[in-house]
Amino acid sequence: MTERTMSESSPHLTPSNPVYRRRRLFNRVVMAFCMAAAAFGIIWLLLILFSLVTKGASALELSVFTERTKMTGGGLGNAILGSLIMTTLATIVGTIVGVAAGTWLAEYGGKSRLASFIRFINDVLLSAPSIIVGLYIYAILVLPSGHFSGWAGVAALAVLIIPVVIRSTEDMLKLVPNSLREAASALGAHRWLVVCKVCYSGARAGIITGILLGCARISGETAPLIFTSLNSNQWNFFDLNSEMPNLPMTLYQNMTINSFIPRQVELAWAGALILTVAILLLNIVARVVSERRKG
Amino acid sequence: MTQSTSGASEDVTLGATPTEQSAVKRNRRLDGLFEHTTRGFALLVLLLLGTIMMSLAISGWPALSEFGWHFFTEDRWAANLDRFGALPAIYGTLVTSGIAIAIAVPVSMGIAIFLTEKCPAALRRPLGTTVELLAGVPSIIYGMWGVEVLAPFLQSHFPTIFPAGTGLATAGLILAVMIIPFITAITRDVMLTVPPMVRESAYGLGCTTWEVTRSVIFPSVKGGLVGGVILGLGRALGETMAVTFVIGNNLFFNPTVTGQGTSIAALIANQFPEADGLQRSALLALGLMLFVITFIVLAIARVMLNRMDRRAPK
Repeated sequence: MTERTMSESSPHLTPSNPVYRRRRLFNRVVMAFCMAAAAFGIIWLLLILFSLVTKGASALELSVFTERTKMTGGGLGNAILGSLIMTTLATIVGTIVGVAAGTWLAEYGGKSRLASFIRFINDVLLSAPSIIVGLYIYAILVLPSGHFSGWAGVAALAVLIIPVVIRSTEDMLKLVPNSLREAASALGAHRWLVVCKVCYSGARAGIITGILLGCARISGETAPLIFTSLNSNQWNFFDLNSEMPNLPMTLYQNMTINSFIPRQVELAWAGALILTVAILLLNIVARVVSERRKG
Repeated sequence: MTQSTSGASEDVTLGATPTEQSAVKRNRRLDGLFEHTTRGFALLVLLLLGTIMMSLAISGWPALSEFGWHFFTEDRWAANLDRFGALPAIYGTLVTSGIAIAIAVPVSMGIAIFLTEKCPAALRRPLGTTVELLAGVPSIIYGMWGVEVLAPFLQSHFPTIFPAGTGLATAGLILAVMIIPFITAITRDVMLTVPPMVRESAYGLGCTTWEVTRSVIFPSVKGGLVGGVILGLGRALGETMAVTFVIGNNLFFNPTVTGQGTSIAALIANQFPEADGLQRSALLALGLMLFVITFIVLAIARVMLNRMDRRAPK
């Protein structure tokens, strides 16, 4: 910006000094690279979204939602239901554990060594590979019980969402001004009451945003489900002791072992579109909630 | 902050009625209960880490003790011969992540510089939000796109480089596309922590945009930038679904960059469902190795990002 005003508005200030010219040229080259990078990144992502929408929308029909998955044809109804059940249960578990742990870190842990250590480990777990979580649940739940189950899938997803909720709960509680806590204490409220009535109501929107973002993250996870809930072609209404059909695994199987059947690949794209739209919606709702807090 | 309540409660009993006294007592009990319960949940995080390490180590031990160091140097993974070597998977993981970082870092930095310094103000928020939303697209979508669109494209247009379409380089490319929004979002956040005053001062001295970025912004957020990149690397190392589809799943060690291969995560995802006995144990040992590698990488990233947070609070 600056160099342009100097050169254009008052030309006498711009010496034909080669140093100036070189600096300006170099700046233009770098900025052109930045624009090219932005275009490059956005083109890839547009291409992906384009295939997703065209391939997905052409396979979408009502039966996709109402029929169960079959070897050939069929729909995705049972997989969508299964994913909803597992994601919801995992989000509930994750919310309870995550909010409680985040509360301790923000309200009681403070700067103590234990709290800093837990915070650090939580940050690392936040981005740990999800396939490891699948293996872990396999080793501690599936192997001893001897069969794949919906509960194992819920456990794997819960392990993935807990760090997200802990992080956002702690961050949001820290934003609640200390004077509010002091005011409540001065009125004679005990500490648990201060946290429950004052801190939570101040941080509510932020915590909900965190939970929604975590929920969006786990609803697309495939790797941890391969060894835990597996997949099934049957409707499964809340029988979490048996294998649970789910959308990500269905996409994975349709694109690998069933990829020789054209209809299964089409269904996989329809499923991918449904999944992506659901996740984007969750993200947008999360954003709206956190915006409302500011406004 | 509220320490005073418990200290003052002795005095409260002086003029209080019995009901009030019991209410104070009950609340004090609830206070203790609340603190201990929440601390229990917080300790669960440590328990989680401990049990992940333990369970993977215990169930991977049979394979590790059987093969010893050969597990990491053996160049072939052959379940039918009970020969399990992790070298092809380790090589594939490193090469794909390396390619991904080499492509994603300059592009992400470019996008972040564009977003923070050059982008018209009206576009800044929508573009930033788009990048963040794209960082949330599940990785299996990238994998599906890779195998359905990118691999056939590469195969038909560059048959000499990509004879099969799939391979380590294709997987690296998909990983790069996947982590670009992720690294961009972190880089942009980190660059925005530089106070506008500092930035404007540099412009006022007559610096070009590039000089401001290179000599003022980058040095003051170096740790955060490196931390963000390493976080992206951690994601690339452990990514399963985006890679499995396009890496080719070749279990022989093939020291090329464009040839077919496998990665630790892809190998686990492919073989685990049908594995048992020694093979399963070997796969769990692989999982432990992946966890240890990513743990170290992520820990370094966190240390660098945390150091930054402390210096420049938002």
